[in-house]
Amino acid sequence: MIDTLVIRDLHVSVEGKPILRGVNLEMKRGETHALMGPNGSGKSTLGLAIMGHPNYEVTNGTIELNGENLVEMSPDQRARAGVFLAFQRPVAIPGVKLADFLRHATTNVRRPDRKEGEELIPMREFRKELKGNMEQLQMDVEFARRYVNDGFSGGEMKRAEILQLAMLQPKFAILDETDSGLDADAVRLASESIAEIGREKMGLLIITHHDKLLVHNPPEFTHVMLGGRLVETGGIELANELHNEGYERIRKAYPDADAENQAMLEKEVTQPVG
Amino acid sequence: MMETTTSLSFTADGFEAFVSNRDEPQWLVDLRTVAWKKYSELAWPARNDEEWIRTDIRQFKLDRYSLSLESPAETSATALLREGVELGGGCTSLDSQKSNSFISDKWSAKGVVFGSFDDIVRSHGDLIRPYLLRRAVNPNYDKFAALHAAFMTGGSILYVPRNVVVDEPFHGLSALTDGGTDFGHTLVILEDGAEATMLSETASENVAGGGLHCGAIELIVSPNAHLRYVNLQNWGSNVWHFAHQKAVVNRDASLQWTIAAMGAKLAKVNQHVGLIGEGANCQVNGVMFTEDKQHLSYHTLQHHEAPNCQSDFLYKAGLQDKSRTVWRGMIKVDPIAQRTNGYQRNDNLLLSTAARADSIPGLEIEADDVRCTHGSTSGRVDDELIFYARCRGYTRKEAIQMIVTGFFQKVFDRITIDSVRDALGLAIARRVREYE
Repeated sequence: MIDTLVIRDLHVSVEGKPILRGVNLEMKRGETHALMGPNGSGKSTLGLAIMGHPNYEVTNGTIELNGENLVEMSPDQRARAGVFLAFQRPVAIPGVKLADFLRHATTNVRRPDRKEGEELIPMREFRKELKGNMEQLQMDVEFARRYVNDGFSGGEMKRAEILQLAMLQPKFAILDETDSGLDADAVRLASESIAEIGREKMGLLIITHHDKLLVHNPPEFTHVMLGGRLVETGGIELANELHNEGYERIRKAYPDADAENQAMLEKEVTQPVG
Repeated sequence: MMETTTSLSFTADGFEAFVSNRDEPQWLVDLRTVAWKKYSELAWPARNDEEWIRTDIRQFKLDRYSLSLESPAETSATALLREGVELGGGCTSLDSQKSNSFISDKWSAKGVVFGSFDDIVRSHGDLIRPYLLRRAVNPNYDKFAALHAAFMTGGSILYVPRNVVVDEPFHGLSALTDGGTDFGHTLVILEDGAEATMLSETASENVAGGGLHCGAIELIVSPNAHLRYVNLQNWGSNVWHFAHQKAVVNRDASLQWTIAAMGAKLAKVNQHVGLIGEGANCQVNGVMFTEDKQHLSYHTLQHHEAPNCQSDFLYKAGLQDKSRTVWRGMIKVDPIAQRTNGYQRNDNLLLSTAARADSIPGLEIEADDVRCTHGSTSGRVDDELIFYARCRGYTRKEAIQMIVTGFFQKVFDRITIDSVRDALGLAIARRVREYE
């Protein structure tokens, strides 16, 4: 049976303000989906809501992984169930080495029933695997001894997120602007790495403004978000069109959603919603 | 009617009985007698004394405690710092009564003296006399210091002769029964060019145990000597802890002092380092973790009394529940102490909204060519960090434990003794509770 992630009529509010207004999306493991849309349309909100960020309240709808509703689960249960979010802006954890952070994370995700305090995966085995993945990502092994995201450049943070993706091997991964803040070479490397790590093995939901990340990861489906809804779905040609021509046609075709998008953007000036 | 006395109270009669029973050198009896007189004259701290304004001891009743005269017993209290360490010597006391002590022949053959306070003041009185309460801790500082000087018993003494380098740590454990009393005194003397490491810790047999500690630590680091000293306060959660702790570091000598505190109901500690010879260097690493209604109050002084000295004090505290810490740090630079390099910092991580940390750094500088910096921070655990870790499979509790461990990492990185770093890290991680 192929793993599925099915989102039905998802409504999400932040501090009482509706951001997502009925999102429907079906993904199968092995598929690549691109999620595009203008600023403030709710793309990042969808990613954070799928992971269960406490500030993002699901007011209606379901997110089902193989028929099980993630909305009822804590973020760590979702991670252990096989869902991953590469953060647009990952936070720093001072004093915690990336390798130590990942060893614990990898253990928990691979052994979903592990109780607090139980043994971690053996150090030797873990180090070998981590080293292999870092080499593939052309990362210096010294990098693993640095504190998680602490003083990392934008590019280093994104690579660290991809490294975590490689180690945790989720069923479904949401990559939130994993290409932003990277130069052309770094984007190419990220794109190749994601293709190698995830393209065949995972269901990928790639949130991006650009098409570079999609070069090595051509999406079977492209979704356009506007005003907290997926207003249009197409194939790779839709991603290419939006990249080349922008959102003019979409805005005109869906004036109500566009108006809501504008309203959310205005609120964003005082209250960032991501 | 015959009555067997099994303990001594802190009264004039109790003091008479205490000194007459001890068979100590006359100079020590005199020292105690002067201290008892001083104690009788001094008032208890007033609520508006600067050192006590944030630390309320109205519930403390000295007459509930007494010094044990029971014959010494083995203790069931757990020592954390000696795990996996090859020791040069060790000494354990229970309720201030020695239960055992040893020193390896290799070190006694080189003239190293180590043992319980009570044994060493009798066997090596002349050696100890110039130091005990004369170079470091001031027995007249306050009522607790005087009371300690009158009744000090328990604890351990380490003496390392000139140029002897001891590469095996010494270990001291002072334990308390529930409701017991400890008046332990630790004295470490390193002669010129000597090197040593000492790990000392306190613990209760019952984690919720009560009791009283009225103690002192004195560290004498002679020219060119190098001392690493660790003390862990890990009493039961109902113990009163009053301590005066002072080191003097002489010319071109160094001291790395790691001070950890996790136990006690209320602790009031004066920790002083005097840099008394040119080129002296001192690093202090403070690790505190509090919970429930614990109250830890630390008053630190890094006193530059000679030129070209360095002092570097870093204290980190994690607080949960309704606990509270007070940290008052002072860098004092005498007019003679030119080219001083002094640093002090106190960081607090609040794990609950009811916890409170007071941080009061201070400078008192009388020389003009100095570099002194200080700072303090207090903050809560960031919810975004917890969410990030949970997205990687950490439970909420695991995420908080990891963030707390990370918070302490900077001070752990400075501790050069593996067993100490591991023990403190584990002890803190175990204490972290789950919060919503």
